[in-house]
Amino acid sequence: MLDTQISITVRLVYLARLRDAFGCAGESLVLQSAAPTVAEVLSTLRARSGAFREELAPQRAVRIAVNHELATPPTALRDGDEVALLPPVTGG
Amino acid sequence: MSVRVQTSDFDAAVEIAALRQGDARVGAVASFIGTVRDVNDAAQVATMTLEHYPGMTEKAIEDIIAQARRRWNVIESAVVHRVGRLKPTDQIVLVIVASSHRGDAFAACEFIMDYLKTRAPFWKKESTPEGGRWVEARSSDDLAAERWRRAD
Repeated sequence: MLDTQISITVRLVYLARLRDAFGCAGESLVLQSAAPTVAEVLSTLRARSGAFREELAPQRAVRIAVNHELATPPTALRDGDEVALLPPVTGG
Repeated sequence: MSVRVQTSDFDAAVEIAALRQGDARVGAVASFIGTVRDVNDAAQVATMTLEHYPGMTEKAIEDIIAQARRRWNVIESAVVHRVGRLKPTDQIVLVIVASSHRGDAFAACEFIMDYLKTRAPFWKKESTPEGGRWVEARSSDDLAAERWRRAD
């Protein structure tokens, strides 16, 4: 039996040096999956090569936030979620 | 609890007076001010631009304060963090903690500041004669935050 594929749209936000590296502040991304997660956003972006593949390589320290809460690759996503990519912070 | 992210400057004395409001339970007020230095990694810093993630940054600071409240006696607290373009000697951040006693006030103030350096979504970009450069996170900040870790 096949899993039902659903299509959701998430809003990506790129902060600080990632915005400079990617050349844009964010974008909409459509995910097709039975159970879309943060991991799929990352693998989709890494597959683009160039700055995306470099900055989001597994060993790079990038944090993910979903709707303003820190998240991890297994975090489930729903239609309309905001997914932000955060470089290491330097406030204070 | 008061958390503000703003471009305008702040006056610590005004903020402290507002925080205390003549509350007689308060026996100790500890505060910290972070300011812009003129040298980072030997490059002369001309100006610095601070960026945040509206919505998440305020929430993260509130969460840090909530953690401080669970561990120490905090009667009232406030954080003001500036964003936008700043130059050397400008004030960046203010942390105030009012407690019954000084041990809690000092500890909570330092804890909030250490966690703010490592967990609050802010990013600094320096402009130097050589061009713009995003500041790298410091391992010493992570070590400072790490020492507050408990077994629980």
